[in-house]
Amino acid sequence: MNYIFYFLIVISIIFGAINGRLTDVVNSILTGAELSVKVAFSLIGIMAFWLGMMKIAEECGLIKTIAKIIKPVTKRLFDEIPEESPAIGDIAMNFAANAFGLTNAATPIGLKAMEELQKENIDKTSASNAMCMLLAMNTAGFQLIPATVLAVLIGIGYKNPTEIIAPTLLVTTIAFVSAIILAKVFQRFWTIQTNIPPLPPGEGRISTRRMSVRNSGEGIGGETCSNK
Amino acid sequence: MFQQIMNLLSLWALPAILLLILTMGLAKKVPIYETFTTGAKDGFKVAVNIIPYLVAIIVAISMFRASGIIEMLELTLSGLLCRIHVPADVIPIMIVRSLSGSAALGVFSDIANTLGPDDYATKLSAIMVGSSETTFYVLAVYFGAVGISKLRYALLVGLLADFIGIVAAICVCNWMFL
Repeated sequence: MNYIFYFLIVISIIFGAINGRLTDVVNSILTGAELSVKVAFSLIGIMAFWLGMMKIAEECGLIKTIAKIIKPVTKRLFDEIPEESPAIGDIAMNFAANAFGLTNAATPIGLKAMEELQKENIDKTSASNAMCMLLAMNTAGFQLIPATVLAVLIGIGYKNPTEIIAPTLLVTTIAFVSAIILAKVFQRFWTIQTNIPPLPPGEGRISTRRMSVRNSGEGIGGETCSNK
Repeated sequence: MFQQIMNLLSLWALPAILLLILTMGLAKKVPIYETFTTGAKDGFKVAVNIIPYLVAIIVAISMFRASGIIEMLELTLSGLLCRIHVPADVIPIMIVRSLSGSAALGVFSDIANTLGPDDYATKLSAIMVGSSETTFYVLAVYFGAVGISKLRYALLVGLLADFIGIVAAICVCNWMFL
């Protein structure tokens, strides 16, 4: 993420200068910063509502029941998460909300799932495999009906908007399935998290030290987490 | 028929979930009002937690969009993409879709309104916008909420899946609407 952040900003400044749009680039800092706070604040109310609802769902055992029903699927996708973790039920609810296009409900529920996954996470600053899988499911944006797009098409007098639904569903399914497969494949080949499996004493010590050095380099991330 | 069923499902999904949660809560003798307010307290905390992550990503992306690099990419790509029947109007959507949802939707409504319902570009861009999600935004919000700064392969998977989605959209559209 460090490189992406650097790359995005440096490239923008260089190309802004080449295109003679440096003023636009500088102004966009302000609009972007304003927009991000607006987005975060617009989430507060709906976030509180769904977190409240999900708390009831958890207390009355609904989340556990859902988790039990979809266990065969989640066992494969989230193999590191204990079966009784409320995260599994949250993930199922998040997927269902996304599929029905209820983005307002899907985000708070997904964030609750992230918090549950964070409890199982060994290195609190680095994404666990389960988190990457949940993110893969969410960034692929699986949706049964593309409601916003349909609204635009109907608005311009598209005669048969339904003809767009089937191809969209096909494409989104392809993207969704490949996201899950990719996450599974990367999980195997990507370097493990900071959690180090028991190694022979000598080797283990070296890699532990290397890891701790790398962690202390990223002080900011570590601090925000330990504050929580 | 299919669409009617789906519309009905979309309309009732949310009320059904609420009814289910509240009824089951009451049946299991959970103090639903107190439990709701306890859970809801976290709403503010989560929203405030994600602000630094959102600022980082949204500012970087708005700078990127303002720099004019997207138009330059558009020019370089248009020659290549013409061969696989991708209209030049759709290229900005392909580039901007993972970065900004509102921008992609804006370009799409623009295409739809200027070219009209029967144009191939309208159909292709509709499928592209409808079939994917704003990867960068989702990553910033989800990882920001729990304070994770090392994303490992999450971004790579998201972007690769977006790319596969774009290719699939072009293929499906070529096959169905040309």
